[in-house]
Amino acid sequence: MTIHSTRRHLLGALGLGGVALGAAACGSSDPFEEGDGTDSGGNGGGGGSDGGGAGTIAIGSQAYYSNEIIAELFAQVLEAEGFTVDRQFQIGQREVYMPELEAGSLDVLPEYLGNLLQHYDAEAESASPEETHIALGEALPEGLRVLSFAEASDQDSYTTTADFAGTHSLTAIGDLADVDEDLKIAANSEFDVRPYGPDGVKTVYGVEVTVVPVEDSGGPLTVQALLDGDVQLADIYTADPAIAENDLVVLEDPESMILPQNVVPVVSEKIDEAAAAAIDGVLAELSADDLVELNRQSVVDQASSADIASGWLTEKGLV
Amino acid sequence: MNQNPFLQSLHWLAESSRWSGPDGIPIRTLEHLGYTALGVVVAALLAIPLGLAVGHTGRFKGLAVATAGAARALPTLGLVTLFALLMGIGLTAPLLSFVILAIPSLLAGAYSAIESADPATVDAARAQGMTELQILTRVELPLGMPLLIGGVRGATVQVVATAMLAAYVGNGGLGRYIFQGLGSQNYPQMIAGSLLVIALALLLDLALLLLQRLTGPRSARTP
Repeated sequence: MTIHSTRRHLLGALGLGGVALGAAACGSSDPFEEGDGTDSGGNGGGGGSDGGGAGTIAIGSQAYYSNEIIAELFAQVLEAEGFTVDRQFQIGQREVYMPELEAGSLDVLPEYLGNLLQHYDAEAESASPEETHIALGEALPEGLRVLSFAEASDQDSYTTTADFAGTHSLTAIGDLADVDEDLKIAANSEFDVRPYGPDGVKTVYGVEVTVVPVEDSGGPLTVQALLDGDVQLADIYTADPAIAENDLVVLEDPESMILPQNVVPVVSEKIDEAAAAAIDGVLAELSADDLVELNRQSVVDQASSADIASGWLTEKGLV
Repeated sequence: MNQNPFLQSLHWLAESSRWSGPDGIPIRTLEHLGYTALGVVVAALLAIPLGLAVGHTGRFKGLAVATAGAARALPTLGLVTLFALLMGIGLTAPLLSFVILAIPSLLAGAYSAIESADPATVDAARAQGMTELQILTRVELPLGMPLLIGGVRGATVQVVATAMLAAYVGNGGLGRYIFQGLGSQNYPQMIAGSLLVIALALLLDLALLLLQRLTGPRSARTP
């Protein structure tokens, strides 16, 4: 753990209240509303910009630094193609921004295959990225579609230390079944009720784990709990630079128990073929390692999303 | 299923299975109360003697007021995160944060309790030959007791309302329902957890208000 990343996450924690307020302020829709998207057109347009003109593409992002970098990639590549872009970044949660997309006040938002599918179909089973992509295309409400997905993904994981993996010769989640001690996993408490949580891993791999709730979404506290030995496993998102920095081992999931979370943009009808082609160009180049490196530049080097994005796009020859 | 989430949260609370087991409401409530009590007691052991000394001697009053004021501005979630990064997950980090949260109210309550005693009364006690300790314990403290309890009341309500943060770093308490409800979009559960915290805070506030009334000097209590 570097001082920089610690400080950044602390700032994040201190700013949490403000972010929550901001998210609440920019969506007039009811957060309790069921996300079926059919009745949200009437009250969903309150907070988003109204686009500023027919030629303007409004790009949103989640309140998650990595998501903002990806949104910035899309924004800059579209600008290079001559489109006018309106950035609406850091819009909090899916419950807030999906109605804005459905209402047409946002046109592009970087999403993740599995989470977006579960937003529309809570019963969705885990499958390969390709199958999830097809299911997602069918589940989206009218007027929205997803473009192709990137190799880069940012998904939940069963991660352990190199030390623990070495001692028990672990490479895949199933290998945990032979470990002769009580296994604890540090994760957000909702991990307990996720399909890939304790119940899922017992059914699929015959492994027993208990959740130690650490509520920073795989952030520095979760990593710290793992490094301190308070837990043997941690749910750390796979694009987190902390994995490489701390020499952690992500256990493989050959049965696809964990929902794939490849980066996939969800777009409105305003995105024509030219714009879609520009965004697809980014997705084709965005590898898993690339996403980790982009995140690292943000967390460790404290670079701005705009600088990180323009550096990467130039390097790949996309702008 | 498009029911009002507040009604659903009442259903959530009414389910009998919620009221037993290690993740049941009684255990989580006791954990929550335990964290609160521990935080307030540790803070009281530090802040009340200090506040009494400041109030009685009148020294370092500016410093005490400034420190208490500044400590009020510290965001507790930030403290919990900071301490947990330094000391690991578990109970130490949130407890330390609760102590810091509770100190300002307790300190202010203690010194204003002593300060509130009429200087003429204090001088009279001194003229009668009472020692400084006797003046503090037999004159100033009884007269200022409602203010002191008022400080305890403020601190307790603040800590009980914040003790859900213990669950942020691997502990129990009512925060477990709130964080899990938030994370899994189970809003009825989240609201139910919040309602339980609100009920606890109101109960404790009321109990301490009663105590505050009862400890007032007899002359002030007669209608």
